Amino acid sequence: MRFAVIVFPGSNCDEDMYHAVVDQLGESAQLLPHTATSLAGFDGVLIPGGFSYGDYLRCGAIARFSPIMPAIIDFANQGGLVLGVCNGFQVLTEAGLLPGALHENTSLEFICKDTELKITNPNTRFTSAYTTDTITLPIAHGEGNYYCDPDTLAQMQANGQIVFTYTDNPNGSVADIAGITNAQGNVLGMMPHPERAVEALLGLTDGLGLFESMAQATKTAL
Amino acid sequence: MINPTKLELTPEEIKAQKPYLAWSMTDSEYELACTMLGRLPNYTETGLFAVMWSEHCSYKNSKPVLKQFHTTGKQVLQGPGEGAGIVEIGDGQAVVFKAESHNHPSAVEPYEGAATGVGGIIRDIFSMGAQPIAVLDSLRFGELDNPRTKYLMSQVVKGIADYGNCIGLPTVGGETSFDATYEGNPLVNAMCVGILDQKDMQVGQAKGSDNSIIYVGAKTGRDGIHGATFASEEFSDDTESDRSAVQVGDPFMEKLLMDACVEVVRHHKEALVGIQDMGAAGLVSSSAEMASKAGTGMVLNLDLVPVRESGMTPYEMMLSESQERMLLCVNQGYEQEILDVFDRFGLDAVKIGHVTTDKAYRLYHQGALVCDVPVDDLVSNAPVYHRPKQVPARLVAPEPTQFQPDVTDLAKTFYQLLAQPTIASKASIYGTYDTQVRTNTVVKPGSDAAVLRIRGTKKALAMDMDGNARYIYLDPKVGGAIAVAEAARNLVAAGAKPLAMTDCLNYGNPEKPEHFYELATSAQGMTEACKMLDTPVISGNVSLYNETNGQAIYPTPVVGMVGLIKDTKDIQTLAFKAAGDLVYLVGQTTAGFNGSEIQKLQTGKISGALFDFDLQAEADNQAVMLQAIQAGLTQGVHDISKGGLLTALAESSFQSQGHLGATIDWDLDPAWLFSESQSRFLVTVKPAQAAAFEALLGAKAQLLGEVTAAPTLTIHTGNATEIIDLNQAKAIWEDAIPCLMK
Repeated sequence: MRFAVIVFPGSNCDEDMYHAVVDQLGESAQLLPHTATSLAGFDGVLIPGGFSYGDYLRCGAIARFSPIMPAIIDFANQGGLVLGVCNGFQVLTEAGLLPGALHENTSLEFICKDTELKITNPNTRFTSAYTTDTITLPIAHGEGNYYCDPDTLAQMQANGQIVFTYTDNPNGSVADIAGITNAQGNVLGMMPHPERAVEALLGLTDGLGLFESMAQATKTAL
Repeated sequence: MINPTKLELTPEEIKAQKPYLAWSMTDSEYELACTMLGRLPNYTETGLFAVMWSEHCSYKNSKPVLKQFHTTGKQVLQGPGEGAGIVEIGDGQAVVFKAESHNHPSAVEPYEGAATGVGGIIRDIFSMGAQPIAVLDSLRFGELDNPRTKYLMSQVVKGIADYGNCIGLPTVGGETSFDATYEGNPLVNAMCVGILDQKDMQVGQAKGSDNSIIYVGAKTGRDGIHGATFASEEFSDDTESDRSAVQVGDPFMEKLLMDACVEVVRHHKEALVGIQDMGAAGLVSSSAEMASKAGTGMVLNLDLVPVRESGMTPYEMMLSESQERMLLCVNQGYEQEILDVFDRFGLDAVKIGHVTTDKAYRLYHQGALVCDVPVDDLVSNAPVYHRPKQVPARLVAPEPTQFQPDVTDLAKTFYQLLAQPTIASKASIYGTYDTQVRTNTVVKPGSDAAVLRIRGTKKALAMDMDGNARYIYLDPKVGGAIAVAEAARNLVAAGAKPLAMTDCLNYGNPEKPEHFYELATSAQGMTEACKMLDTPVISGNVSLYNETNGQAIYPTPVVGMVGLIKDTKDIQTLAFKAAGDLVYLVGQTTAGFNGSEIQKLQTGKISGALFDFDLQAEADNQAVMLQAIQAGLTQGVHDISKGGLLTALAESSFQSQGHLGATIDWDLDPAWLFSESQSRFLVTVKPAQAAAFEALLGAKAQLLGEVTAAPTLTIHTGNATEIIDLNQAKAIWEDAIPCLMK
């Protein structure tokens, strides 16, 4: 499958994302600048972490007006797989592709550490390859405290949109939420970094299952 | 428009009113500038001389000391004198690194001071053509018993975190320690490490007549004017008014600048002649140094400099230390190619001048020539001072006997020691740093050294920063040697061969003979160790005048070192790995207590003559340990340093998976468990490899005991058994700094 890794000014996990899918998964990928306007030829979109536009105004708030965004929104509306990690998650909520918002961690500090996650919905296009319901992924964020109103939360719970929750909530997120999909299940936003957990040398490998799930889902659909 | 220079003092008024004294330029230096020019300098020129001849830019006081450093070796591709040093690591690759202090700005405005310290050192690395891969920091604060110190620490840490996290470089290591001497004058030393292909090496030179000088990056404002001068003065209680001398950082801008510069270096070689960071003393320092190093001159038109404030004078533009700016020298005819790259990143890039052959430094502003001085007079002809030295009173006849710790209740004493901020866990600090971005980090903070793999190879780099100023305070020469030795030992413990070092030399006022003695003598000790361990100095900086109200800090050279791990299979961490592994002590333990953490804990200060240190034994122990590691004989390796063996044992337990403990036999005086005698390693070995390990190490290794599944440290001394509860110990160690910060 062919992934587009979107590069906004200030993205800094773009190369990590690229290496994860190309070097570790053997899939193909291309770093696509924010000035691009088409996603033709891509089977999946990866929006990496970082500080797009320096987090000025609000995390993800400026990136959503980037030239590439209409193409991403179209791609998502047509059922294409879109993964946003960390700042990518923030961009997806700002763009309205995912409900809710992310605000400052309750500690008011940036937190970088490994966190244990529960896979609360194993039947998604992002989790189907996992054979376990508990995984460990690193987090690295200052604004990962997920919030949505109670109605939205109830709706997401009913739809199985909550995909990952923290076992030990590090940032104050509502319902321990670490990652959610849209109602259609083809757009995932998550704060933990699966692309940092794909090599035993660096400590963790639990991120591989997520990319494998995406590749499988795409190949099944093709 | 009014010409802002109309309001400046005339050359005659400068001579009469001496505004240069406030810029730390002496009367005799002003006279020297007049003699060099054969006339009175105008306001702009006087300002340029003052800042270029500051200690920070000219090293006028420290040059005689720096000259004695050992700076050569077959691994060295670029020694001191450029933006950063370069060392070869095989396969056509090289590692680039440098450390720099940002002490004065951090004391006044800790958040921006620390952040821009990180930003500045990162620019030094990519100015050499390298891709930065990691940041480290070495911090010194006063005791965490007053609100000001807590404020300084929290803001410094936040400044480092915000800059590194945003630009997307992992902050992977360093050290933090606490002593009252740093209360008014904290130390913030940052180091950056980068990698490059040797074919991409760059230098900061402006060669070739009529080649273009291109300014790139952020616009110039009035921030940081005379920052370099400010860094070359002592503090007093009214220094907080110097806040305008502190710069403001923008890591987002620097991320763009870094990516654009790396692209220019890698893909536009035919266009680029030289590139340099606009750091201390901003535009004047970068441009004058590029010309002086190349033996050329330069003409700049200041009307073309991108500014963010109106009515800036030439003096202000040249001395501004606005951040995130670089100066490029580009071959004539290739300008547009370079401007296009920066345009794609949304950055300002403007041709502001060109190279000349007459070695003159000329600035034009609103059509007028506002500066015309020989460029070498600003740079290489700066005065050099050979300062007098005098042995400080405390070192004339120090108490020769070693302090004897009271260990009547060993466990209780140890728990107290673990709560000392210098010993306690620093997780609350490095937990706010992104340690993994760029996905190369194999060993994260908390071990002896950080380790990053080099993608696409079997190699890895180990890196650390170290410098125990207490030892140098008690014995500058031996302490200086220990600072180098310990930095190297940490790398060996990680499985690396130390390659070379950088340093930040943080001292008091060099015009005071006892402080100059400390600087000169500790440099001698460092040099001896560098030669013995084959770790030449390839870069660094000097920060003098670290004094508050006349009281200097401990003499504090901080050593940053990088080592090469040939194969990632050799990477070691300090953690215990499995119950049943044998525990060895490598190296001799003696009564090493003067200058130790236990002396400070039990007497409230450090004093007396420093313990002995044998540089040859250090080199031998490091060499044989590296051999043991590369032979695959070790399970875990830990440098024994502050707090001694007992602290090292506890740290190896705290970092282990599943709360492993250890049981050991200790026939020596129990107090010696706290000795800080040097050249020692704590090593764990699989029983199956014990024979091979013992055969290799011989008498250097002593079997102490074994790793246990129970989370206790059980110590059998001559006639008693001491038990330390590691769960309790870990809680004390982890909670100490967060509790003190509340």
